[in-house]
Amino acid sequence: MATVQQPETSIITGNEAMALGAKLCRVQVIAAYPITPQSQVTENLSGFVESGQLEAEYVTVESEHSALSVCIGASTVGARAFTATSANGLAYMCELIHWAAGARLPLVMGCVNRAMAAPWSVLNDQQDSMSQRDAGWIQIYARNNQEIIDNLIQAYKIAESVHVPVMVCYDGYILSHTVMPVEVPTAEQVDAFLPSYTPHTILDPADPRNINQVTLADPRANEVGETCHGYMELRYQLQEALGNARARAVEVDEEYGRHFGRSWGGMTWGYKNEDADVLLVAAGSIASEATVAVDALREAGCKAGVLAVRVYRPFPERELLEGTRNAKLVVVFDKSLSYGYQGPICADVKAALYGTGGGPAVHGYIAGLGGRDVKTRELVEATQESVRRVEAGETHKETGWINCQF
Amino acid sequence: MTTKVYERPASLIDKTTHYCGGCGHGTAHKLVAEAIDHFGIRDRTVGVAPAGCSVLMYEYLDVDTAESAHGRALAVATGLKRANPDLIVFTYQGDGDLASIGLCETIHAANRGEKVVVIFINNAVYGMTGGQMAPTTLIGQRTTTTPAGRSVVNEGGPLNMAEMIAPLNGVTYCERVALFDAKHVRKARKAIFKAFEIQLNGGGFAIVEILSACVTNLKMTPLAAQEWVADAMVKQFPLGVFKDETAQGDGDAV
Repeated sequence: MATVQQPETSIITGNEAMALGAKLCRVQVIAAYPITPQSQVTENLSGFVESGQLEAEYVTVESEHSALSVCIGASTVGARAFTATSANGLAYMCELIHWAAGARLPLVMGCVNRAMAAPWSVLNDQQDSMSQRDAGWIQIYARNNQEIIDNLIQAYKIAESVHVPVMVCYDGYILSHTVMPVEVPTAEQVDAFLPSYTPHTILDPADPRNINQVTLADPRANEVGETCHGYMELRYQLQEALGNARARAVEVDEEYGRHFGRSWGGMTWGYKNEDADVLLVAAGSIASEATVAVDALREAGCKAGVLAVRVYRPFPERELLEGTRNAKLVVVFDKSLSYGYQGPICADVKAALYGTGGGPAVHGYIAGLGGRDVKTRELVEATQESVRRVEAGETHKETGWINCQF
Repeated sequence: MTTKVYERPASLIDKTTHYCGGCGHGTAHKLVAEAIDHFGIRDRTVGVAPAGCSVLMYEYLDVDTAESAHGRALAVATGLKRANPDLIVFTYQGDGDLASIGLCETIHAANRGEKVVVIFINNAVYGMTGGQMAPTTLIGQRTTTTPAGRSVVNEGGPLNMAEMIAPLNGVTYCERVALFDAKHVRKARKAIFKAFEIQLNGGGFAIVEILSACVTNLKMTPLAAQEWVADAMVKQFPLGVFKDETAQGDGDAV
């Protein structure tokens, strides 16, 4: 009698989880350039390819710009493609990040979050991916290593159904280089969940076409006389697809739960948030840390909870609106900054709650830039500071900087 | 009476480097510092550091430095020198920086004849990120991204940068040297001095490619790594002057 293979729990780093996830997704083309702290992802994948565990083309390109270009080419002829990068590597891809979204290619990229230069830093914050939030990619932030592998498997399913690329983001070092127990799904499980990629439009000699031609302001006829969308219509469709991705991300996560016995909350996730007066909002590993802060706050008599952003683009507007309805205060911790304004998550939360009347006060804090350690105690103290201010009637507060030593 | 026959170059800061034992960066830094001392240009020299192990070059060389994005050293150097021609500008780049992600900048700065010095450390591997394949990795060489060895079919052959750069119009001087023994260190010193002299005399692009051992990623002892450079690397990357448009050319081109 054939034995059914069971998933095994391994103690692995976030980077190993990402590489194993890509292998399980049977990616067909991998192109990447080494950058700290992403490098082990591609090293592991090249090992899988070399040892025959993964049947894929592994391309040792000369830059991130070329890495994403190779993935775009591969995806355009129907391959499931993968790349991974960090910080300046992501920034160097910027032109192609926009291109991949505009071309509606279901690529998936691992982004190991790292601070942007200058000055040089190899340490963690989320400025890299946050700076790309407007490019038209779906962005999912993982809270731990289990979620990294699960998010990656979900990412292909989402990307290939809404035809929008997905960035699977996780914090450099805090997750990428830290070992945690991870249940690694079996190949059979993943195959049952994620069928092989069936592209909707590809370059194929059997069906000749031009893709991504020069597009003018208004709809006009193409080279064979068919009226085609103008630029604005194509961009409207991209926005519509990102909108549809909300429901799709929730469905895929629920379906994942049915297949693998765990799901991650869809667009957002909560911790002791149902009856909370004070909600801590963040994305990634700092949101995990906020759960510990919430326990401490509750012990000190503050009814706090976490409402974390899992999918940042498309933005979980409805979930945040409903999830904060009964709260008096929302405290947002951003590991990045829209310079000249405030933390991007904070600004987006405020926009989501605007006009609802009598909503909670929203206070923002910048934390952990360039690898600055964020202590649970600091999250607790910042929250308590905001609670005091709100009790004193101060609903508006300037953005706070946690442990910025001036 | 004692005679001082050797002293630490004034432009080399007296501190222990972060480089691995047997790494060539320390020696290369010292040679650059000696050239800066020799020509008395410390007060107007600017170095452009790469992304790579020598990103911390400013910790050791007592001159102004500008960090650049990965691969953009020669574009930044172009801006520095064009805006302030009195500066003596050099870049210090590894094979990832100069020959991979920055190849475009390298070729075009050379072709334009930018009046800068390029110190190019070729150690056949991406050192800082953990030993992945570089454009200069030898055929068959095992790296963390070519675990079975580099193959021409998948990854192409090693890029011989000195041979590629020498024919370009703007290049005044192009030499490949190595650091595996004292004799070759002296030759490297001479080449670096010459490159700086060319810039002082208003000449064009001057590049010194230096074969250097990355002991950690080769997983060899320092001595074995030097032997590997002398034997395996030199076969692929022959030493010598590939171009010298100055009157005092050695004429020992390969």
